Amino acid sequence: MIVTRTFLGTPPFPVAAKAALANSQLRSNMRNATHTIRDKRARVIGELDDFEQLRDAAADIKDDVLANMGRYLVQAEEALTRAGATVHWARDAAEANRIVVGIAASHKVDEVVKVKSMATQEIELNVALEAAGIAAWETDLAELIVQLGDDLPSHILVPAIHRNRSEVREIFLREMGKVGMAAEADLTDDPAELAGAARRHLREKFMRAKVAISGANFLVADTGTLCVVESEGNGRMCLTLPEVLISVVGIEKVVPTWTDLEVFLQLLPRSATGERMNPYTSTWTGVTAGDGPQEVHVVLIDNGRTTVLADQVGRQALRCIRCSACMNVCPVYERTGGHAYGSVYPGPIGAILTPMLRGVGVDEATDALPFASSLCGACYEVCPVQINIPEVLVHLRAKVVDSHRTGVPGALQAAMTGASWTLGRSSRLALLQTCAGLGGRVFGRRGLIGRLPPPLSRWTDARDLPAPPRESFRRWWTRTDGGRRGAGSQPDGMGNERSEK
Amino acid sequence: MKVALFVTCLNDTMFPATGQATVALLRRLGVDVDFPKAQTCCGQMHVNSGYVPEAIPVVRAFVEAFAGYDAVVTPSGSCAASARHQHKIVAQRSGDPTLISGVQGLSPRVYELSEFLVDLLGVVDVGAYFPHRVTLHPSCHSTRLLGVGNRCERLLGAVRGITMVDLPEAEECCGFGGTFSMKNPDVSVAMGADKARHVRESGAEVLVAGDNSCLMHIKGLLTRQRAGVRVMHLAEILAAQEVAA
Repeated sequence: MIVTRTFLGTPPFPVAAKAALANSQLRSNMRNATHTIRDKRARVIGELDDFEQLRDAAADIKDDVLANMGRYLVQAEEALTRAGATVHWARDAAEANRIVVGIAASHKVDEVVKVKSMATQEIELNVALEAAGIAAWETDLAELIVQLGDDLPSHILVPAIHRNRSEVREIFLREMGKVGMAAEADLTDDPAELAGAARRHLREKFMRAKVAISGANFLVADTGTLCVVESEGNGRMCLTLPEVLISVVGIEKVVPTWTDLEVFLQLLPRSATGERMNPYTSTWTGVTAGDGPQEVHVVLIDNGRTTVLADQVGRQALRCIRCSACMNVCPVYERTGGHAYGSVYPGPIGAILTPMLRGVGVDEATDALPFASSLCGACYEVCPVQINIPEVLVHLRAKVVDSHRTGVPGALQAAMTGASWTLGRSSRLALLQTCAGLGGRVFGRRGLIGRLPPPLSRWTDARDLPAPPRESFRRWWTRTDGGRRGAGSQPDGMGNERSEK
Repeated sequence: MKVALFVTCLNDTMFPATGQATVALLRRLGVDVDFPKAQTCCGQMHVNSGYVPEAIPVVRAFVEAFAGYDAVVTPSGSCAASARHQHKIVAQRSGDPTLISGVQGLSPRVYELSEFLVDLLGVVDVGAYFPHRVTLHPSCHSTRLLGVGNRCERLLGAVRGITMVDLPEAEECCGFGGTFSMKNPDVSVAMGADKARHVRESGAEVLVAGDNSCLMHIKGLLTRQRAGVRVMHLAEILAAQEVAA
């Protein structure tokens, strides 16, 4: 039996990132994968002449849902119940896990098959099932790779993005036989062969399992229809073959009507995998007699979402449709991979969603996440639901800082207070510039400063620092009356201020 | 039109030649630009690091220094974006109605240099001469926060003697990111190293950008590598003219 690992104990981002950056295999895998998906996305988005209108519509629909969430959820519950499903409400992960484990245990099963689902990752459902003696088999190919490799997901859509195909082959050869049908001994790293090995391995589990667990991409409020979007068809196997189906759904997944799906089903696959349309879109509404699962449960989870909803700036993160376009374009994520974020939600969306779901000011690793960005804005540019991730990052940075304002101020707090004082009046800045100019003359060599002690070594370990010039701009302006008299009024355009004078 | 130069704290302290070039360029184009000496900084470092209350006196100093001008021009996309998008957050936090209305009035009148030249002055050919191979790093804040589009390319394209060469993956962030460069130095350097590699691959003699913050970071890596590529601010190239023999 497999024991699922969790992100508990991941060091803060700068430390985890430093380790990840040293892994050249990871760097190469991540670069290849993110650039491939990035380019595919750009191509298929380029085909749409109404992409911006679709983004507007998607953001508007989600904002309406967020503003009227209570009404839509009750409507969805009524429709689901009418259609023969049982609706459960879970305030947090523990409650959701208790409900799901309880349903599975009532059917006396020792295994379940799973459709790829971020909600169940978020609540660490597999850990809870394993504790109850129930094996949770991941059936999404990439999730299977992660599970067999005793690994952690590093991407919300392609959780094994950090692995290349020869690593996948090794994992399959080594692990498949321990938990089911083994891979053929002559398995190569040809993608079709790897997929074939996974197909045979999973088929056995699909045919046997009595209970399936899924998430959902959308929950249509007026009909109670759940929708799962996927590429492989393994999700559909889980959704149709077992007798019992339990779907764990975040409350923000509700959309008002089927018509709204038109917008999201255009945006999601293009933003996610760079496909015009994903191969499998499954929808189901409660129980259909004699067809598919005859016992259908829907577990609606809050798990911090209503707290996010209460944050006027941060609530836009609940628009997220888990497409992963933000991480695919993120220059930070591309270099560190997903594990450094210490959460099932990595990358830019994770850097805002994780701290909001967990709460800031509690642990160092969570508080480091809003700072794991250069604020370049590439994520906001591609987000199909227009989440202004840089805006939320900056907002959360303030919340993190504010949560630590009691007690003895740290070095950064002291520096920021000092800078605030200095920059509050120009005479103080001028004084600082005089000191900097003197420092430049002492420490500078050919206009550059090579090595400085900590904490400034964080800059100079890998980068030179320009030596401050003898004369600041404001002193030059005063001395020359804005360049109207005296020397130095005409720069030669050769960037000479950066070389020795 | 009463025009003020917001030189930025970084240029004021570290790169005065950029400010001097901006003044020379604007004068040549007939703009009698003023330098209000009460100016200090846009406050971006504080806001982006989470220290919003500490940014209040800085933003107040900004508003007081520039309130009397029709337009404020700054040789920094990042600082222009800060004034346009972040000052209102700081003003709101202060709860001071005078500061809130001051920011409301001033923010839309702050222009990054290329915007000021192309949109307000309506010039693309600024009469510069710069006979070198040059590549442009379009900084993230100019591109994505301000939306300056191809204004820098158009201005540089009109410079006599210049040869513009493409920068591979130009739109990708250089990794500076303000205090990000100190809080996450390893990631920052990894991003910057790729940018520096692309600069070398471009074959350019000179790397130009509209932000000295990005350039300080990229140059810090290039000089460590003894790469032999010079970095210059956009204003310095646009100010450059043929030296009379």
